[in-house]
Amino acid sequence: MKIRLVVNGEAREADVWAGESLLTALRDTLELPGSKNACEQGECGSCSVLLDGDLVCACLVLAAQADGHEVTTVEGLRSEDGLHRVQQAFVEAGAVQCGFCTPGLVVATAALLERVPSPSDDVIREELSGNLCRCTGYAKIFDAVRLAASRA
Amino acid sequence: MSTTQPTKLQLGRIGDAVARHDATPKVTGEFAYSSDLNAAGMLWGVTVRSPHAHARIVELDISQAMRMAGVHAVLTHADVPGQKTYGLEFADQPVLAAERVRYYGEPVALVAAEEPEQARRAAAAVRVEYEVIEPVVDMERATEQPPLHTDRPTMAHGYREDERPNVVRHLVIRHGDPDAEGDITVSGVYDVGIQDQAFLGPESGLAVPDGEGGVDVYVATQWLHVDRDQVAPCLGLPPEMVRIHLAGVGGAFGGREDLSMQIHGAMLALQTTRPVKIVYNREESFFGHVHRHPARIWCEHRATRAGELVSVRIRILLDGGAYASSSTAVASNAACFAIGPYKVANALIESTCVYTNNPPCGAMRGFGAVQTCFAAEAQMDKLADELGIDPVELRLLNALGSGDTLPTGQVIEGVLPTAEVIRRAAALPVPDAEPLPRDAIRLPGGAGNTTRGEGVKRGVGFAVGFKNICYSEGFDDFTAARVLLRADGSAEIHCASAEVGQGVTDVILQVARTELGTDDVVLAAPGTAAVGSAGSASASRMTWMAAGAVRDACRAALEEQKRSGGEVDVERIYRHPRTTPLDPETGQVTGERAHVSFAVAAMRVVAEVDVDLGLTRVVWIGTAQDVGKAINPLAVEGQIEGGTAQGLGLALMEEIRTRDGLITNASFTDYLIPTALDMPPVESELIEDAEPDAPYGVKGVGEPPTVVSSAAVVSALRDATGRELARIPVRPDDVVGL
Repeated sequence: MKIRLVVNGEAREADVWAGESLLTALRDTLELPGSKNACEQGECGSCSVLLDGDLVCACLVLAAQADGHEVTTVEGLRSEDGLHRVQQAFVEAGAVQCGFCTPGLVVATAALLERVPSPSDDVIREELSGNLCRCTGYAKIFDAVRLAASRA
Repeated sequence: MSTTQPTKLQLGRIGDAVARHDATPKVTGEFAYSSDLNAAGMLWGVTVRSPHAHARIVELDISQAMRMAGVHAVLTHADVPGQKTYGLEFADQPVLAAERVRYYGEPVALVAAEEPEQARRAAAAVRVEYEVIEPVVDMERATEQPPLHTDRPTMAHGYREDERPNVVRHLVIRHGDPDAEGDITVSGVYDVGIQDQAFLGPESGLAVPDGEGGVDVYVATQWLHVDRDQVAPCLGLPPEMVRIHLAGVGGAFGGREDLSMQIHGAMLALQTTRPVKIVYNREESFFGHVHRHPARIWCEHRATRAGELVSVRIRILLDGGAYASSSTAVASNAACFAIGPYKVANALIESTCVYTNNPPCGAMRGFGAVQTCFAAEAQMDKLADELGIDPVELRLLNALGSGDTLPTGQVIEGVLPTAEVIRRAAALPVPDAEPLPRDAIRLPGGAGNTTRGEGVKRGVGFAVGFKNICYSEGFDDFTAARVLLRADGSAEIHCASAEVGQGVTDVILQVARTELGTDDVVLAAPGTAAVGSAGSASASRMTWMAAGAVRDACRAALEEQKRSGGEVDVERIYRHPRTTPLDPETGQVTGERAHVSFAVAAMRVVAEVDVDLGLTRVVWIGTAQDVGKAINPLAVEGQIEGGTAQGLGLALMEEIRTRDGLITNASFTDYLIPTALDMPPVESELIEDAEPDAPYGVKGVGEPPTVVSSAAVVSALRDATGRELARIPVRPDDVVGL
């Protein structure tokens, strides 16, 4: 089936099968592999994207459900002026190791700071608890969130 | 086709806290991991796996699968072109099972098809008739059950001969008079569950036939050259016709030392003459790599009334699962570091690893020392309690240091600041107890806690852990580096070290910039074709070894350029000081040393337990670690924080559960790893005391935090509850209802 959607501000079309997830469509059909395939069952947050501005796991959304909607992936956060402030903060704070969780965490953090510009430490921990990271122990990710918040 | 491109860095010499060279492509989503690769005309490969832990294959019928839409190949053991088995140390593992499967999820057949869904459906249509055999699943009974490998693949390699069936390695370390009596004796039996590396990037890669009978494999791995040396014989090809390239690695932690899709992908690619991509899903990843060995450890510690250790006797049993992997080295490490960093004149340590039909186990961060650290530190807590001595004081009293002798008879020649890390960790101020009632998110169990905290008890724990750095026991451990130094002073470095997320690429670039005195340095994409082996990104060795090799190659290039002028291209091989095997009968060193060097960490933990609900919360962690010299302090802290999280996971939640050898929780829904809510702040002190034998004085830093943190977390729970807690992960039932 054909779906039409807006991805990172651009009108796109994709030919998908009925059981295909939005994650697979993004990665394999729309050539946007930034969203990651770590668990594909909504437990790790590595595929976090914004669907009409709401944070979702792309692996739990059917591609067909995104028909007629707007999707923002990690690739869409960077602007012509450079990195998104959350991306910049992750680089500077040392919040990246293997980096497989990073796209999801960057998208989740950007969504958090849209809603809560200056989150407390407890709010940061709770809001990011759906995004697993196996390398960092989260400390430098929290540093990055605070750094990005301070630069609003 | 996309792959990791050469990268150029602007900043950072040795000792500078610098941002990673690959951080920007990783935050933008541009960084290509092994599961992101594509090639024109690419097929998708899927692996057919055994649904049984132990069975005979009666019949294998691929005819229906072959006829399905989009299918280009279905391969079985009969199609393996060369050697039928492979292995990291012993070739005991079939590329594809022939007559018998020995673990749940063992590969039996391969399918390549146009679309991933076609490949999955065809894989489901491969008909395998099994005759189920009673699995060997109890490690204590394994040596009395029929052998899983009748040819005893790990015997006659200089290890202690052991006639019992299913022994992978049996090791005895006897030192002094183990029967020496103390004033006081404490004993215990400790259990450790199976931990999974749970790296987020699934096993994956792309195999591309070169049109001349050879193949290029782009894969996430930890050791490119040893992959090649296992892949090529199974393909029946000379090594130069198999080129392994490092694709982006989504975490490793030991789980990528063994092969996953490398041979399978290459077989499908050579058969179909098309590029073939294989990506495991999360469930398959639990079958796709080896795990941390589960263990049972019996300990008896004898001490004087004043707290000095007199004799320690420890028996270790490790379940290696169906194939050897690196079990022989894990068994040895468990034995060598069983007592912890403490002086004791008399010791008897027995370590046995057995084959079973449980999931295969091998390398995971900490490599044998994690299991024994948990047991030995529990014993130290027990001893302190029995003697009425402060647990930190007891550890200080027995602290091992430079010039002291290990139970293997090896005298510690380098730096081992055990007393210093203990003092520094113990001096870190512990946060005040938080008043109740409080927001549920700050209670044990977080938002799941339905009380006002009436049952919350607080405890403070302490532990010390150490392990070896680099490969041991006479292994010829080396790393090659090549430097192309141009007339304008710019340079390209080649080193096949695997960047698995730990930051070795930055180490290499920082060393090269320092030695060459320029920022104009790039590291070429690592591969087997352009440079010699780097050895494995494991055993906390890669920083030490890559720094040594790159330093030597840079210095040689500068000298060569001074002599000849113009562009020079030199390769150098770095070796650390030589080690020798342990005596197979006594476990004593046969030369100067069996291990090159050691690193030690101490950790203090504050935890709360809700004893009404059986829920836990780690409040705060403080640690001091012996790091030699921190090349990039930001990255070192990251290793300590991340390594601590993995140890916390083993202490509190992480365990692969099995029933008759079948994994029952192969998902992130059922196998839990620490989330942002589980991790407390980690305060880390880096103890920089340069290691004399190491380049720039560096030591590896990845493993000590994982070794010590499980033990330290449980120590805090023990303090909170007064219970023995002799098993990790600690379960709610273990701490509920005081």
